[in-house]
Amino acid sequence: MSETTLSDGTLPRSTRAWTMRRIVLGVLPLGLLGAVMVAIFATGGGLGDRSAPPVEKLSIQRVHLPEPNVIVLEVVNDGPQPVTIAQVLVDDAYWSFQIAPDPTLDRLQAATITIPYPWVAGEAHVISLISTTGATFEAEVPVAVQSPALDRGTVLRFAAIGFYVGVVPVTLGLLWYPFLRGLGRQGLRFILALTAGLLLFLIVDMVGEAQEVAEAVPGALSGSLLVPLVALLSFLFLLAVSSRNPEAPQRGLGIAYRMALGIGLHNLGEGLAIGAAIALGEIALGIFLIVGFTLHNVTEGVGIAAPILRTRPALRHFAGLALLAGAPAILGVWIGGFVYSPLWATVFLAIGAGAIAQVVVEVARLLADGQRSRGALLDWTTLGGVTAGMALMYVTSLAVAA
Amino acid sequence: MNGWRLSRRSLLRAGTAGAAVAGAAGTLATLLSGRSGAVPLAPHSGTEGTPPQQAGHDSHGTTAMMTVGDVDTVAMGFDPSAFLTAFDYGHVSRLPDGRTLREYRIVAGDKEIEIAPGVFFPAWTYNGQVPGPTLRCTEGERVRVHFTNAGTHPHTIHFHGIHSAYMDGVAGIGRGAINPGEGFVYEFDAYPYGCHLYHCHAIPLKRHIHKGLYGAFIIDPDPERHGERARSRHPDYPESREWQEFVMVMNAFDTNFDGENEVYAVNTVAFHYMKHPVRVERDRPIRIYLINITEFDPLNSFHLHGNFFDYYDHGTMLEPTLRTVDTIVQCQGQRGILEMSFAGFEPGLYMFHAHQSEFVELGWMGVFEVVDS
Repeated sequence: MSETTLSDGTLPRSTRAWTMRRIVLGVLPLGLLGAVMVAIFATGGGLGDRSAPPVEKLSIQRVHLPEPNVIVLEVVNDGPQPVTIAQVLVDDAYWSFQIAPDPTLDRLQAATITIPYPWVAGEAHVISLISTTGATFEAEVPVAVQSPALDRGTVLRFAAIGFYVGVVPVTLGLLWYPFLRGLGRQGLRFILALTAGLLLFLIVDMVGEAQEVAEAVPGALSGSLLVPLVALLSFLFLLAVSSRNPEAPQRGLGIAYRMALGIGLHNLGEGLAIGAAIALGEIALGIFLIVGFTLHNVTEGVGIAAPILRTRPALRHFAGLALLAGAPAILGVWIGGFVYSPLWATVFLAIGAGAIAQVVVEVARLLADGQRSRGALLDWTTLGGVTAGMALMYVTSLAVAA
Repeated sequence: MNGWRLSRRSLLRAGTAGAAVAGAAGTLATLLSGRSGAVPLAPHSGTEGTPPQQAGHDSHGTTAMMTVGDVDTVAMGFDPSAFLTAFDYGHVSRLPDGRTLREYRIVAGDKEIEIAPGVFFPAWTYNGQVPGPTLRCTEGERVRVHFTNAGTHPHTIHFHGIHSAYMDGVAGIGRGAINPGEGFVYEFDAYPYGCHLYHCHAIPLKRHIHKGLYGAFIIDPDPERHGERARSRHPDYPESREWQEFVMVMNAFDTNFDGENEVYAVNTVAFHYMKHPVRVERDRPIRIYLINITEFDPLNSFHLHGNFFDYYDHGTMLEPTLRTVDTIVQCQGQRGILEMSFAGFEPGLYMFHAHQSEFVELGWMGVFEVVDS
């Protein structure tokens, strides 16, 4: 068993080869694990003969009203046991229905339920599913409005909403670029700190919203666990990407692009919210919602402009940045309005939060570079900037709160 | 990113927000209009919206407001249609003093029953059915009930009638609760005549009743004591032959045990008498022994379409307590006899249901199919 060890502690290459012995050693624990699993299944794993009642769970992912007299539900079995849907009630009345592909849903299997019910526009309805064991699962239609149909006119209208909410404000914010370039060193530090502040606001906001959306994710997928994990992975991934390419002149532009990506994912989330609200009929809140988001997002353009104030990128980069940050809002409205899924909304929001967190690190590094040997990173100027950034986002968010 | 808050924000009514008007008539109206043929319930959704299982009853009006499919009464060993007219007269013998002795055997047990198509309820039953068998005897007879508890919880049989305290079948009084594996013989004279019931009186009471331990207990009046009018109420007399008698036990089931019922019915199965109408001959009078054993809701009711009836509360008198009514109300445990006639009526489907619309939509609805004699 004496193996020679090199001075750096690793084994010489020859001993690292895939010999039969190595493979056996690698596979052995797996084989034993398999044997233990078989033993658990064979013996009941200590639970004995207790036949516990089935724990039935069902997650109602989406309720939509594609046309008058029709309600459609999308459900997922997120419990450990198969669930069979026996009957459907609408507003406490048994109602006929059709279920596809099968009334029995295995773990994580999905089904679509179509109910010919004369729903009443503008009023609330409650749909209840009864399983074979008598367990009930409820979904609510808070305000019955016909769901948007996937036709050319609707697609264009949704795109227009996304354009107003995403592309327009980011572009307007970027137009401050020439003005910002005229600022002195302290002014630039303030703007960078302000950018960090507004990004921090977005992180907090997105994580909160992601957790909220995650509650609707089927329980077996642990949506709330996904939020920090996906955010962390997205943060680490972008950190790895940015450290590979540290050349000084292009560094600001790289940060700007990554910032635009993070903000783009954030705006995708906003688009999802707007689209879902339209689908739920809550767009009755009206034009103020769109105006609110537009105001709110102008600041994001300023943020993207901040890291490139020292460089002088070509004009096409500005167009690229504006599109990257703004256009996902259009995509978001489409997804939210037509095929909303809590799982993907959670994942997108978490990726966005991680991406923005990485950009905050880079902005802080930019500030620190500018500050080299000239005192602390956090002084009254930068603290003021961070505060101003957060305050600006908070105040403009009130316009959306409606 | 405040947009998500919209979805849980106050439920602002969309009002005129571009919504299409769902133009459908009231559900009951839709249902009734379906009598002449199939109802196009969802013209845009295609016919698949109405399950094929119901298509067999087109002549009775296919309706969307209904459970999908049908209960397997064979597998369950209980058919609500047969139960309507199933009377258990017991084992009859003579006592030394010349009186009639009627003996019944009742076994309490656990059984899963199907209360709506595909919806199973873990019931506690008398003789494997809910409601338990309809026990029928004549006033003044000696009644002996051999009770065995084959279930998993202590049970009793509490008869509504006149008996000693020891025979009351209440937990903690007299013999009290009968433990699993034990038995007891309840014995008493059948008084007073009327439409009564029996049920388990073990604790917790709500659970023991709502799980299914109840049944009808009918004591017929003795015509030798009460004269001419009593003869039609007693199956041994020719005057009773023209009568079409039915037992209807209004019950309900809380399938998810949240203290509210998911299924309402007469005789257990939701909408059973919509899918399988109660066939009656037009020119023969109808007598219904109606019992309310619904849990959780204080009241239940019976409403008849297109006709009126006389009502004998508790059935303990030969004169109606109410004449010419089409709706009566019963509190929990209340019961009575309804007498009606469709003589001379146009044949067809005459609906009966609770007049609590909520109960109707949850299963307590049926039809008489009146046919030419």
